[in-house]
Amino acid sequence: MTEPVARTLRMLPPKPTGFSGADVQQRLSQRRRADARFRAYGLAAIALAILSLFLILADVTGKALPAFTQSTLRLDVPVTSEHVDASAPKAGDYEATVRNALRGLFPEVQSRADRKALDSLLSTGAADALRHRVVADPALIGQIIASKALLSSDADLYVKGVSAKVSTAAGVGAAKPSATSGAVTLDLAPDALAGVLATDLAATTTAAAAPVTLDTTTPSLLLALNGGIVKITSLASGKAEGEILVPLTTADAAAAGAWRHILIATPETSRKINDRQIAFLELLADKSAIERHFNFAFFGRGDSREPELAGILGGLMGTAYTMLVTLGLCLPVGVAAAIYLEEFAPRNRLTDLIEVNINNLAAVPSIVFGLLGLAVFLNVFGLPRSSPLVGGLVLALLVMPTIIIASRAALKAVPPSIREAAVGIGATRQQAIFHHVLPVAMPGIMTGAIIGMAHALGETAPLLMIGMVAFIADVPGSPADAATVLPVQIFLWSDLPEAGFQSKTAAAILVLLAFLVVMNGLAIWLRKKFERRW
Amino acid sequence: MDATAVSRADIAASAPVKVVARGVDVYYGDKHALKDVSVAIPERSIMAFIGPSGCGKSTFLRCLNRMNDTISICRVTGSIVIDGADIYDTAVDPVELRSRVGMVFQKANPFPKSIFENVAYGPRIHALAATKADLDAIVESSLRKASLWDEVKDRLHDSGTGLSGGQQQRLCIARTIAINPSIILMDEPCSALDPIATARIEELMEELKQNYTIIIVTHSMQQAARVSQRTAFFHLGTLVEEGDTTSMFTNPREQKTQDYITGRFG
Repeated sequence: MTEPVARTLRMLPPKPTGFSGADVQQRLSQRRRADARFRAYGLAAIALAILSLFLILADVTGKALPAFTQSTLRLDVPVTSEHVDASAPKAGDYEATVRNALRGLFPEVQSRADRKALDSLLSTGAADALRHRVVADPALIGQIIASKALLSSDADLYVKGVSAKVSTAAGVGAAKPSATSGAVTLDLAPDALAGVLATDLAATTTAAAAPVTLDTTTPSLLLALNGGIVKITSLASGKAEGEILVPLTTADAAAAGAWRHILIATPETSRKINDRQIAFLELLADKSAIERHFNFAFFGRGDSREPELAGILGGLMGTAYTMLVTLGLCLPVGVAAAIYLEEFAPRNRLTDLIEVNINNLAAVPSIVFGLLGLAVFLNVFGLPRSSPLVGGLVLALLVMPTIIIASRAALKAVPPSIREAAVGIGATRQQAIFHHVLPVAMPGIMTGAIIGMAHALGETAPLLMIGMVAFIADVPGSPADAATVLPVQIFLWSDLPEAGFQSKTAAAILVLLAFLVVMNGLAIWLRKKFERRW
Repeated sequence: MDATAVSRADIAASAPVKVVARGVDVYYGDKHALKDVSVAIPERSIMAFIGPSGCGKSTFLRCLNRMNDTISICRVTGSIVIDGADIYDTAVDPVELRSRVGMVFQKANPFPKSIFENVAYGPRIHALAATKADLDAIVESSLRKASLWDEVKDRLHDSGTGLSGGQQQRLCIARTIAINPSIILMDEPCSALDPIATARIEELMEELKQNYTIIIVTHSMQQAARVSQRTAFFHLGTLVEEGDTTSMFTNPREQKTQDYITGRFG
């Protein structure tokens, strides 16, 4: 046994005890300031994130709201045997019956141009509801059916106030038209449209006293009086000249408050709906024939070229099928691969190579997976083009590395004592893993799956490569049917020129977000169920 | 004289031999962790392995139920005979062996499941219970033998990880007893426990020794002296001395043993 080594202790100068020294106080307050600063940065970052999220949601929701309602026209439609043959109710010309019913409301409309303007207020699918009813009950043929005809997208957007800025006000003083049709002169009270002249049309006047001329590049001014509509072409104080769009019933003076003006600030050339159509819509609105409902059809239809007929169900079902295929494939395969690599695989060059490649795969641009899908799944295996089956396969490949990496991390985090405990009482390795390690790792694996599936849900580029970008009007009935998915549907709609698709695009984004929230909510609920208190 | 022969002669009068190890060497990769260890362990008694950290006592313990098999770089040579059969024979299934040689670890490691499930797991995978009633009976008797029953009988379906440290370790002992092994290996079972919990485990070992052969690795020489009938002292991978506990602590044959038990090193 060795003797304890004698040591000489070098004495250090005594340190000040307590925290009273000035330099100590200064250092402490510096540290406190650093703490406070750090906390402020964190709060600012979170506030910024919440603000951005709120702004995005508010913007998208605001734009999407018009898509959630639709306008219909109440019409009493006589279903005559002239248009609908009782022996073949399906083949009937219901469009003509609905068109005729609308024309019946405006008997004075005779010219081809006017009729076209009137007809175009109706959607091409305006007669669909009627057709369903009559086909279901052929006894209705020959009767007059109270029906709701869908308005065209342009008319619908006008009714919702989206496509043009419109302001109306009751008339001041009496208005006396000179005729009931054709060109007309109106005698107005001197201050009748003074406000409109002074503010809304101010930009178009040159001299204060000269009459203002209105044409297709200026705001439009319509006067509704005596059951008809006058379009003003020239306006001066107390006097207006115009053209009658819908004939008046009388040429009598309309009393104060019995007429109104409709100012459409958007010039006629800048909008899809013309003054004549607006005149028809205003009169129909006066008769309370236009109704707005919640747009159930948006959630019950596939895509369409007509904005008012386009629905999200095709994309929604396509996404649901694609996600099912993706999840059904990548979760078992990914978890099995992770278990093998983490628990069974020998540590050698080959497994190192596999590990590096899995990590690299997670960083491959998604469009490359699309090209792979195109080359392998479509061209080699001949799987159906544009189908959720192929989409799901491609996305499964895309998501697999994420799930493998997350699952391996989760398995690695399980304390080895659990494995030892199980093996120590005679469990096989496989029993130890499946009975004890995997349940403990499950929440981590689920988190990886959530991240992966959310990634797959928003993926667009690889699906373009396998043809899911095609226009598909049918709602898919199986994963092998041609379909599109929500992000691709958003991409498609955002590209279309029709104004009606703008709100559909925003609405589709909301549906996608809702899908994401529901999917993740489900996964988090499952994770909570699996979670064990440690 | 051969160490095994010495201890065999030593214990022949008291009890039959349960485990005989001859010339056991263990390598972790290039490291020669255990060198030529030979020892005989009597049945229904407590054998303690003592020695400083890294001396190979835990390694040797883990050879007895082939837990070292789970470490890929570990290699074991020599022979270990339990009940007359070499456990490193190719015909022996380590999974079957571990159902006969149970193990309790240093840190209590109950499964993150209910108390009942913790104890019932072993009988279930070894199909020891034919009916639910049988399983209930096994769980109850195991918990009683581990003197835990009275503390947990009203909350069998609460999580096993919610128990105190000492209770968790007794739960682990109950879990081991439930598969009805003939040998129980204990790897420093009390190192994370307070003296009261330690005393309870030691009492429990005293009772269990009536039916089981217990082999315990401990850092505490007092514990070895209190509970064991025989003690083996390991140092730097070799078995320095092995013998009757009382005579070893009072009159060790080797100088190194003397130095260790008197606290000169370690």
